[in-house]
Amino acid sequence: MASPIHLELSRPQLLISSVVTSVVTGTAAEAATAQSPGAEMPQNSKVSMIVNDERHEIEVDNRTSLLDALREHLRLTGTKKGCDHGQCGACTVMVEGRRINSCLTLAVMHQGDEITTIEGLGEPGNLHPMQAAFVKHDGFQCGYCTPGQICSAVAVLEEIKAGIPSHVTSDITAAAPLTTTEIRERMSGNICRCGAYSNIMDAIVEVAGTRA
Amino acid sequence: MRAFTYERASSVEAAAKAAASNSQARFIAGGTNLLDLMKLEIETPTHLIDINGLGVDKIEGTQEGGVRIGALVRNTDLAAHETIRRDYGLLSRALLAGASGQLRNKATTAGNLLQRTRCPYFYDTNQPCNKRQQGSGCSAIGGFTRQHAVVGTSDACIATHPSDMAVAMRALDAVVETVKADGSRRSVPIEDFHRLPGDTPHIETVLEAGEVVTAVTLPPPVGGKQIYRKVRDRASYAFALVSVGAVIQSDGTGQVAVGGIAHKPWRIATAEAELPRGAKSTADALLADARPTEQNRFKIDLVRRTLGAVLTEARG
Ligand SMILES: Cc1cc2nc3c(=O)[nH]c(=O)nc-3n(C[C@H](O)[C@H](O)[C@H](O)COP(=O)(O)OP(=O)(O)OC[C@H]3O[C@@H](n4cnc5c(N)ncnc54)[C@H](O)[C@@H]3O)c2cc1C
Ligand code: SF4
Ligand code: FES
Ligand code: FES
Repeated sequence: MASPIHLELSRPQLLISSVVTSVVTGTAAEAATAQSPGAEMPQNSKVSMIVNDERHEIEVDNRTSLLDALREHLRLTGTKKGCDHGQCGACTVMVEGRRINSCLTLAVMHQGDEITTIEGLGEPGNLHPMQAAFVKHDGFQCGYCTPGQICSAVAVLEEIKAGIPSHVTSDITAAAPLTTTEIRERMSGNICRCGAYSNIMDAIVEVAGTRA
Repeated sequence: MRAFTYERASSVEAAAKAAASNSQARFIAGGTNLLDLMKLEIETPTHLIDINGLGVDKIEGTQEGGVRIGALVRNTDLAAHETIRRDYGLLSRALLAGASGQLRNKATTAGNLLQRTRCPYFYDTNQPCNKRQQGSGCSAIGGFTRQHAVVGTSDACIATHPSDMAVAMRALDAVVETVKADGSRRSVPIEDFHRLPGDTPHIETVLEAGEVVTAVTLPPPVGGKQIYRKVRDRASYAFALVSVGAVIQSDGTGQVAVGGIAHKPWRIATAEAELPRGAKSTADALLADARPTEQNRFKIDLVRRTLGAVLTEARG
């Protein structure tokens, strides 16, 4: 028998699963019966991860994305959900030191992983230099894309330092230069609906210590 | 998303066996394509087999002087690997032209090869689609087809394969290594790996039930000028309308595969023989059997011009 968890979806999970509530209800009923070989296995899992230097043990429906685990289970709502399909970058976090879209990965796949969110980079009174630069340069309007932009920006500078080439690197056998062209290309996975791009660039360029 | 059970596979053989015994199971690697499709209920597995812990994530030299790329190597790591950048620049370039930094950090070699089409009707579960639901019809034929295939199509499906990496792999004569559910291994040349749609567009590769991709190998480096040129609606973070991956030698001969125009990376031996004679005769031979629609006829010109730009760059 499947776990009753599907019939007791919390409101946030309902909203996350689908915009059409009736579809979710149908899905839940079907899921309870549609189990064949995996029938004895649970549809929820315990997972332990280290988020912003703190260990957390949570139990999640297997469907829970890392993004939803952060927001709905750990209440770390700094990380945003824009598209939920890997297209906008609002959900960018660092896992094991690398930026990823937290909407396109499952929480259960991150057993033991170290995760850094915008809250872990810095907080009011103790801002990360990138956070401070975004404030100084007005690198936002509504602010919704900002946590993702900042996490990505921090990672981009690390990636250039680590010698990872990009689409615009003219000689991929050499180290990529720290230029605005490089930064722009590498930030292309972060969309800003308000179009704050030029101020975002100013902020990143200041932290990078580079010139246009 | 439908509910599913989840397991972490302990070995390649165990993963293959588990998948073969359950037709509703899927492997999950980076998850960047599978989860996207599961959220839309285009893919509805009831069991996921996580293959991230299998250890097939290394890049190493082969006895023949080529390179073996583990199925779980992330796209970023592959593009940034010293050997790949130096000897297989075309592959680095193709990878870096795809997706975003965040996605490349997760996407894997095998997952990239096995990513599914971006046909908008495949994504719209309210529309008939033979690839999503066998026998339901193709909404693209007679619909909006600007992005669709111009060659190798069928009356059942005109979708393209969206991978940039696969185009480079095709031009570089990659071979896909697998392990089947019975534990046997095989090596499939990339040419034979992806299928044309025919009457069964839902079957996209020659992989059997449960078969796990373990690695992709490349033959010894062939040198030459290695160029990947991708034409798209935005300068970054967009799928290709047309892309050309080429290795061009100083005598004008070479290897060339084209993306964005077919159900698989498109490479034709007789067309390649035309390379020293220039872009026009090569493109004509590549697209001799093309059946474009009114809306994607532009891809015929675009292939010729993109190839022309590549050949000019190779001479320069
Ligand atoms: C917004 C966006 C933009 C993108 N832009 C581009 C682009 O411009 N160019 C481009 O090429 N791609 C692009 N992509 C696609 C991206 O490259 C793929 O999603 C990615 O490569 C898939 O790899 P993965 O490891 O995440 O696969 P998964 O999602 O984990 O798996 C994909 C499929 O492969 C199967 N599979 C995975 N590994 C194995 C294995 N070892 N053996 C057998 N089966 C296996 C899975 O069962 C699944 O069916 C984009 C994606 C997004 C979301
Ligand atoms: S082109 Fe292929 S994928 Fe697109 S609607 Fe037709 S059958 Fe489906
Ligand atoms: S919410 Fe993850 S990329 Fe948009
Ligand atoms: S500040 Fe509003 S979306 Fe970027």
